[in-house]
Order: sequence, then C-alpha cells, then structure tokens
Amino acid sequence: MIEIKELYKSFGKQQVLKGVNLVINEGEVTAVIGRSGGGKSVLLKHIVGLLKPDSGSIFINGEDITKLKGAKLDEFRSDIGVVFQGGALFDSMTVYDNVAFPLTEKTKLNKKEIHEKVTKALSDVGLQGMEYKYPAELSGGMRKRVALARALIAHPKIILFDEPTTGLDPILVRSIHKLIRDTQKQYGFTGLIISHEIPEIFEITDRVAMLYDGRIVEVGTPEEIQKSENLIVKNFIMGIENGGSNEKGKS
Amino acid sequence: MINIVRFIGGHGLNFLSFLGKMFVFLFESLYYTFIPPFKFKNFLRQVRFFGNKSMIVVVFTGAFSGMVLALQGFYALNKFGAEALLGPVVALSLIRELGPVLCALMVTGRAGSAVTAEIGIMRITEQIDALTVMAVNPMKYVVVPNILAGIVTFPLLTAIFDVIGIYGGYMVSVHALGLSEGTYFSQMELYVDMEDIRIGLYKSLSFGLLVTWICTFMGYNSGYGARGVSRATTNAVVLSSVVILIWDYMLGAFLL
Repeated sequence: MIEIKELYKSFGKQQVLKGVNLVINEGEVTAVIGRSGGGKSVLLKHIVGLLKPDSGSIFINGEDITKLKGAKLDEFRSDIGVVFQGGALFDSMTVYDNVAFPLTEKTKLNKKEIHEKVTKALSDVGLQGMEYKYPAELSGGMRKRVALARALIAHPKIILFDEPTTGLDPILVRSIHKLIRDTQKQYGFTGLIISHEIPEIFEITDRVAMLYDGRIVEVGTPEEIQKSENLIVKNFIMGIENGGSNEKGKS
Repeated sequence: MINIVRFIGGHGLNFLSFLGKMFVFLFESLYYTFIPPFKFKNFLRQVRFFGNKSMIVVVFTGAFSGMVLALQGFYALNKFGAEALLGPVVALSLIRELGPVLCALMVTGRAGSAVTAEIGIMRITEQIDALTVMAVNPMKYVVVPNILAGIVTFPLLTAIFDVIGIYGGYMVSVHALGLSEGTYFSQMELYVDMEDIRIGLYKSLSFGLLVTWICTFMGYNSGYGARGVSRATTNAVVLSSVVILIWDYMLGAFLL
C-alpha cells in the first residue's frame, strides 16, 4: 500500500503540491487525473524518490520513503517500475538490451535466463521479433510497449505510469490501456497511472483520484467519479473550461 | 551605485554557486570511482570513443603543428645561425607545451562536445531518471567512465601527437630545409630531458580530468529542450578550452 500524507512541493515561488493526501491500495490500479500542468508528474516523481518534498510523507509498506537515501532508497526502488511519459528508452541500445537492462545491471542471472525473460516480456507486450531494433526505429506505441516490458521484467510490486498514452491515436490508447490491465492481472502489481485520457482511463482502473490546484479533490471508483457532484470533477470529465484548470502549475 | 553593487553581488553569488556545484559533482564522481560495482565495459567503450576515434584528428594536428614549428623555427634560428637547434626547439615546444594543449583542445572539440550532448539528451529524455529509478547510479554508469577514460586517453593521445609532430618537423627540416638528419635528432637527444616529458605527461593527465569533468557536468546539468542541450554543449567546449589555457599557464608558472 502507498500512503501519501500532506505532501507539499514548491519550485521557487510556484507551489505545485499543496497538501496531497492519497491512499493507493495494494493490487489495485489507481489513476490520478487532472489538467496538464497540475502537478501529477511531480507527484509521481516523489513516489519513486526522484524529487524530495518540502514537507509531508509517502509511506510504502509502512516505511516513509521521503526519509530514505542511498542504498536503502535503491532497495525500495528495486520494487518499483516506472513507465515514463516518453518511454525513456536508452537510445544507444537495442530493444533487447533496453528490456534486459534491469536484469543485467541488478541481478546475477546468466545470459540464457535473461534471454528467456526478455523474450517472454516482449511477447507479453506483443513485440516479438523487434529485439534488435533501436528505439528510433519504433513507433510511439511500440516505444511505450518496450518501456512497459522493461518495467515488467524485474516483476516489481508497484508500477507507476506517467501519461503512458500521450501522443497516441485512440486505437493505440485503447491497446496500451488493455495491455496495462492484462499485465496487471497477470503480474498482480499495484499500479498508479497519471493520465488525462477521459473516459478511456475509467475502463482500466479500480480507483480514480482528481488532482486540482495541488490537492486531491475527489477519490472514488470510476463509477463514483463519473457520477460525482463535485463541480471541478464534473467540468473536467465533460471537458468544460475551468474544470480543474491549473496551467500555472508544473506537470 | 547600489544597482552596480547588486549586479556584481548577484553575479558573484551565481558564480560561487556554480563553482560549488561543479566541485560537489567532481568529488561525487571521484567518490564513486572507488565504489564497486565498477562499470568496466562502459569505461572501455569511452576509452575507445575518446582514444581510438580521436586518432585521425590528433595525427593530422600533430603532423602540421610539427611542420609549422620547424618552418617558423628555422626562420628564427637562421637569423642567429643556430639552425642546428631546430630539433630541440620543435621537440621541446611540442612535448612541454603544444602537444598537451593542442591535443586537449582538439579532443575537447571532437569528443568532449559529443559527451556533453549525449549526457544532455539522456537528461532531457528522462534516461538519467530511468537509471535512477532502476537503482543504477547515473554518476557511476555515465559520468565516472568518461572521467576515467579522459585521464587514461589524454596522455596517450598527447604522446602520439608529440611523436607525429616531431616526425612532421623532421620531414620539413630534413627534406625541405636541408638540415641533416643527424643534427635534427642528436641535438634533440642532448636537450630534451625526462623532466620535459614528465611535465607534458602531468599536463595531459590534468587536461584529461578537467575536460571530462567540465563536459560531463555541463551535460548532466543541461537545461530543457534542444536549446538547453545546445547551450550546454557550447558552454562545455568554451569553458574547457579557456580552462585548458589558464591551467596550462598556471602549471607552467607555479607548479612545474
């Protein structure tokens, strides 16, 4: 379980997170929705220790990760996979090397075992036969799939998705969402998806949280969120201006 | 008046903060150099990148530097009737000064800029963040191999530069200016000491550290977008080149 308590973060004079409180249940997929520039990605980066909050805590299985450093933080990170917005694939490596990277760097598996795992991970995301291509040779959707395969390969308990479908066409959006849902069922990880794909995101999540003006203003099941009486949530889902606008914020 | 003080103070503080960041970065890199696991494969790849791939540039620059030195040296020495000293003039200029400096400047332009751009792109495309979240230390994986490769390859490239330069000087002196082969080399043997070679070696070692330190730092801290990377690359090359010349003078004047 991930528990975020009273998380505050500013960049200079700009306050991005203003007391975020959120619980992400184990084995569930939770989405954080909100306007671009609302601080969703900043929130995600705190969960994996890429940013340190000004104040507040993030408990993962009872341990406050905002207080951890060095090897102890790395130990926690080995249980977390991240699918970055642009994939963050190593462009000088092939697809195979990218997916194998967490295993070659952090485990003592031999080449044969790594090969088996990479083949399985690539097959799980539907990319058999793409092993020796470079990221630049792949389409946007394929790159996201490779990033997902890389996040899955070490079987982390938690996977964080930072806008995994940004820039993709509606068919690919559905296909990536289905892939996330299927792999979650298969591997049982706890998922957090940062997204503004409305209404597609409701189909693959167990719970949805709306981030507005640096705070979580509503949390509930997809059905509850869609029926919410909260004007901010309602306007955002319907795509009406001022529905959670926070362009000043940092994404 | 207050505005001028504020302007100088503001820039002074920014400069001190920049220097502080640079030294923290250097100490962190040196610290991780001794912490296992060692990224030997990355180190070898960067040795190849800095060393092997800079060879053509170094050979050409070395050859023409030696040839020009011989040509100009002959013109000056001829006025005093001291053409016999052309060999030592070419060799000492190359070994003590021009070899380490020109070689460092050429490698900065060819490989240092590429290292800054590569690390800068890794930064803006979140590849550095990806390493961090996979619990792979980016300093150890990306920065340390470059710094170590610089320290190893700069002296070797400088040695090649010196040898090629001396041979270029020989070609001009003997085959174009009519100096005897024996005079060129025997005088060189007489005037060039091991001390001169040691000075050249120390210079090239320190340039290797300085160039890779500046270039990796600039890439690691590059700003956002293509403009951020391009600015970081330009700054890396300019700062490295200026620091090479300043450090060369300081070493020559105060230390060696």
